[in-house]
Amino acid sequence: MKRLLLTAVALAALSAGAVAKDFKPAVIYDMGGKNDKSFNEAAYNGAQKFKKETGVDFRDFEIANDAQREQALRRFARDGDNPIVVVGFSWANAIQSVAPKYPDTDFVIIDATVDAKNVRSVTFAEPEGSYLAGIMAAMASKTHTVGFIGGMDVPLIRKFECGYIGGVKHADKDAKVLTAMTGTTPDAWNDPVKAGEIAKSQMDQSADVIYAAAGGSGTGVLQATADASKLAIGVDSNQNYMQPGHVLTSMVKRVDVAVEQAFKDEQQAVKDDGKSFKTGEQHLGLADNGVGVVFDKYNKDLVTDKMKQAVEEAKQKIISGDIKVHDYLTDDSCPYQSS
Amino acid sequence: MSTPYAKLPAWAEYVLLPFVNVVVAFLVAGLVVLLAGDSPLHAFQLMIEGAFGYGEGIGYTLYYATNFIFTGLAVAVAFHCSLFNIGGEGQAYVGGIGVAIAALWLDRFVPWWVTFPVAIALSAGFGALWAFIPGYLQAKRGSHVVITTIMFNFIASSLMVYLLVHVLKPVGAMAPQTRTFAEGGQLPTLGWLLKLFGLNPGIAPFNITFLLALVMCFLVWVLVWRTRFGYELRTLGFSRGAARYAGINEAKIIILTMMISGALAGMMALNNVMGDQFRLQLDFVNGAGFVGIAVALMGRSHPLGIIPAAILFGVLYQGGAEISFDMPEISRDMIVIIQGLVILFAGALENMFRPALASAFGRIGRSRRDVAAPAAGE
Repeated sequence: MKRLLLTAVALAALSAGAVAKDFKPAVIYDMGGKNDKSFNEAAYNGAQKFKKETGVDFRDFEIANDAQREQALRRFARDGDNPIVVVGFSWANAIQSVAPKYPDTDFVIIDATVDAKNVRSVTFAEPEGSYLAGIMAAMASKTHTVGFIGGMDVPLIRKFECGYIGGVKHADKDAKVLTAMTGTTPDAWNDPVKAGEIAKSQMDQSADVIYAAAGGSGTGVLQATADASKLAIGVDSNQNYMQPGHVLTSMVKRVDVAVEQAFKDEQQAVKDDGKSFKTGEQHLGLADNGVGVVFDKYNKDLVTDKMKQAVEEAKQKIISGDIKVHDYLTDDSCPYQSS
Repeated sequence: MSTPYAKLPAWAEYVLLPFVNVVVAFLVAGLVVLLAGDSPLHAFQLMIEGAFGYGEGIGYTLYYATNFIFTGLAVAVAFHCSLFNIGGEGQAYVGGIGVAIAALWLDRFVPWWVTFPVAIALSAGFGALWAFIPGYLQAKRGSHVVITTIMFNFIASSLMVYLLVHVLKPVGAMAPQTRTFAEGGQLPTLGWLLKLFGLNPGIAPFNITFLLALVMCFLVWVLVWRTRFGYELRTLGFSRGAARYAGINEAKIIILTMMISGALAGMMALNNVMGDQFRLQLDFVNGAGFVGIAVALMGRSHPLGIIPAAILFGVLYQGGAEISFDMPEISRDMIVIIQGLVILFAGALENMFRPALASAFGRIGRSRRDVAAPAAGE
């Protein structure tokens, strides 16, 4: 046992001291785990796509508690993994303390901003995408009442909610928006039954389009609206296919693209000289196709040309700055809320 | 909590039986690994090396063990009074508020050794308060603590979400957590202790709370076996009727026992909040309250048993992480299955091998007179 151990330690020491910059991509997921059908899974899909295209395998890890964050990061950095992509805002503190200690490793954090030389921070303009979803919801609604169901009550979800309300009011000033959160504990991300019940209660109050920004709970909303022949809007990944004909659209957040892009950039950077990996902030909005609404074969019968036109018009205005979508996080409040 | 089938010699009761249980648990866990298509021996080797093979690993193992010592003691104290406190999770969670109050209030003005005693007092106080209500309801109204404590876990969880999302979260921050404590709210690590043995502690969050946990082990031993209160507590645990006949104030003992139990669980928060993360986060207890039950069962509710049992679970947590670092086929959930198997065999099924062992010892014992020490109340 002892000899084995020494060999292991020696090997670890060797691999750490070997080459400064290798291309050994890695992803570390948040507590939700890589099969959450939404956010973390999008990151996994991006990495898988890269693997399929280039044949380069990647290493991944799902943490089981907060104490493992730094442990996993350092472990991966020491093993020479590069770049290391971490998924979720809860990683910010861990990256902040680990990244400066491994200057030769490139880190990518998704959904948060960390100020360090070797960190690329990717954030998404969820309010902008939700704004477009809101416009579509208002135009598709016959009752002038639409719904919003969030996952856990955290500021991130308030961001989605606020942008959505803005979009609804943009298209239909007098429309009513019913809002609810699935819960206040992390279970709320994965409670489709409860989210479905909330959807039913919103439909009882005459809502006929419901936007589900609730991670795994969203499937319950999609099911409930489809059962009642009403419409739902999916989130994060494209969920149009889940209830064909009953999902108006999906507000997608291209986490997969961000992960794939990070891998590609690093591969290129290592090939060139190891210096060209772009770090710093990368805010992906409508202009970069980082967020958006999806039109595909599953929702083509639900979307009218007028809707497409309105969405396109609003999109251009948001990109040009004529429409400023409010970001809930800047002041913890939402100016659109009136009803 | 259970009646022994037959008296075993002390060494068999306290060493052999738990050992057999753990070995069986690992054998079954090995089958799980085998099913996943990996070598169980390799996994076991990774686990042991990950937990004990290098300084940082040992640090992590002891860090996790610190949590389990606190929650294990909490469950054990209540066991002695035949109360089943399964609210350690919630009590530790609420204890976190106490730690956060102390740290947020004092961290910018005073060094850690001033904040620490305040945080100890507040975390214990909040934990005790959270256990007081179920204790009171049990003593005065006869509401079973199993029901009330588990319900209080959910209340604690909702309360924390409210506090972290609406009250304690700095404006503009994304994650529902408090701000990071300044220097005065951060406990020093015990890295020097590992260095004494020539080990490199790395970044392991092994901190001074571990020493507090050991002190608490001693205090619990004194309290339960060396004080009048402890005597009354155990008497009540063995027989309500006898206790009442002896003039022991039942309600008072039950409430106080639950509060002590809650205080011990509450102190667990120190380890995570002030010792590792330096901020109060959602869900930081992460099951330690429930693991405490298994630790207390394995440790036969005695501090000297709880320490090794807590370390065993520390090994499972730390070694489990190491397995998934190096064996991608073994997912996080499989590690939970392995941990669950150990809990199952060491806790729930701990009587499975007792009859066989007892009859084996009975056969040997018939020829030689058996002088086993009476088993401490479990």
